[in-house]
Amino acid sequence: MNKTTIDISHDLAALARRIRGHVVRMSHDAGAAHLASSLSCIDILVALYWRFLRIEPTGADDPNRDRFIFSKGHASAALYATLAERGFFPVEQLASYGQDGSQLAEQMSPRCVPGIEAATGSLGHGLPIGVGMALSSRIQQRDYRVWVLLSDGECNEGTVWEAAMFATAHSLDNLAVIVDYNHWQATGRSDEIMALSPLRAKWEAFGFAACEVDGHDFSALNAVMRTAVESRGKPTAIIANTVKGKGVSFMEDDNNWHYRSPNDDELRAALEELGQL
Amino acid sequence: MRNAFAAELLELASADPRVVMLSGDIGNRLFDEYKSRYAERFFNCGVAEANMMGMSAGMAMCGLRPVVYTIVPFVTTRCLEQIRVDVCYHHVPVIIVGVGGGLCYAELGATHHSCEDIAFLRTLPGMAVVCPADAWEVRLALRAAMQHDGPVYIRLGKKGEPAVHTSEPKFTIGRAITLREGHNVTLISTGIMLPTTLEAADILEQSGVSTRVINMHTVKPLDESFLAEVFAQSTVVATIEEHSVIGGLGGAVAEWLSDREPLNGCMLRIGTSDTFLHEAGDQAHARRQFDLTAESIARRVGAFYNIIV
Repeated sequence: MNKTTIDISHDLAALARRIRGHVVRMSHDAGAAHLASSLSCIDILVALYWRFLRIEPTGADDPNRDRFIFSKGHASAALYATLAERGFFPVEQLASYGQDGSQLAEQMSPRCVPGIEAATGSLGHGLPIGVGMALSSRIQQRDYRVWVLLSDGECNEGTVWEAAMFATAHSLDNLAVIVDYNHWQATGRSDEIMALSPLRAKWEAFGFAACEVDGHDFSALNAVMRTAVESRGKPTAIIANTVKGKGVSFMEDDNNWHYRSPNDDELRAALEELGQL
Repeated sequence: MRNAFAAELLELASADPRVVMLSGDIGNRLFDEYKSRYAERFFNCGVAEANMMGMSAGMAMCGLRPVVYTIVPFVTTRCLEQIRVDVCYHHVPVIIVGVGGGLCYAELGATHHSCEDIAFLRTLPGMAVVCPADAWEVRLALRAAMQHDGPVYIRLGKKGEPAVHTSEPKFTIGRAITLREGHNVTLISTGIMLPTTLEAADILEQSGVSTRVINMHTVKPLDESFLAEVFAQSTVVATIEEHSVIGGLGGAVAEWLSDREPLNGCMLRIGTSDTFLHEAGDQAHARRQFDLTAESIARRVGAFYNIIV
């Protein structure tokens, strides 16, 4: 049992490093912002796409597929790189990110590549859409589940809490929210700009089965995601404590990388550290 | 109109299991029959219109046909960004139904008036904007919207509006309906101003001005070929709406006209002026404040016609 867990983590960690390598390179090549926001959620994406989401590249339009709403659209690079590694479109296409005429805009457009469920970028939109999908699953008597990834700054938006109240009122246990709690938003600490803390208690008060987890620990993510799948009668909120800029030591917890993109030297150093040179 | 909406919705829901009704905590008793038959497809979404609109987009993405309903300002401007991003950007078939267009809720104050909604919604790519004139048209508009590929906004009055049509008219989104013929002046009405417009036409006829009346129930997409014919034929073309003269039917027609070669007809926009109402009063009172009575309309159109000729 332990051995299996370790093996899984090992694979996932290697995948996550590769995806981080793509994302750093994409930011460098396109001169695109939001690199640190992308790096913080990659382990969560890997855990979802390789362990939990019932979505296959060959069935991106299957009506029974699980839905994943990536609500922190500013970090789209992380989702693109994950989808490419998962086989939804060629990895080579990542090189077109942010280029004129490319399908891969800095913030995704609807169905721009297979696997994109909803275009986000204006914050606070993903959870209401996800709640509508979770309700649809019930109305249509299908059994797809809906996962929604929010940023912590996004929890400033009132629509997040409108949607939370509705989800609880309708006992949407096929819905799981994951908050990428990297403790920064665009220009400051997310616990200081608005009173975000105590975040887990807030979700509990809104009727969710809420838990807190290290968002970079695959074994721990595996456990709480399993709990979400097994939840009965309540939607789940996973507060994933993460580090903004995770994986590149000189970007970690430095909010300048919300807007900065790496120069040539920084790219080389980052790729070296990630083992992607 | 709202009763006609509820009745038609019930029929559509019984014919199509994809139809889902979302209400923003209004319509007390209005949907009782629907709820008793299709409880699993009725959701009171509370006083949280932005979430309701986002949810409807999610449902449409999953193949359902959501109908989102509350009072006009709350189902349009209150959640405008959700309409823009979640509904229009994804081009999903959400039907937005607003009750109490224009000054229908005059008594409740300017928070409940809606004289800007057509302007906001018709700028959104892919959005159709339909303003039915009576109960017949409400039912036909909803039926047509259900067949429409993309989002539709239907702007209702409230209740007890006089019937304009004596039988079911031919109704196509984007196709204007001629109510009466005339050759000097054309009055183009949208939505619940149609009965008043017909009265204004009577007054104009009595003073010797031959007046045509058009019901342009669809503000977007505009019936452009029909407009070209109207402006070629009439000396004066007046748009009439319970909506601001900025950006509504009048704005849409003026934009269309400004990009054309010169046509015969001169245009006059009649609607609410660029101000909020601050005093108490019912819809008739509010209309008087904005000169939206049949007499005022006939007087203004007649005076404009006399200047031109």
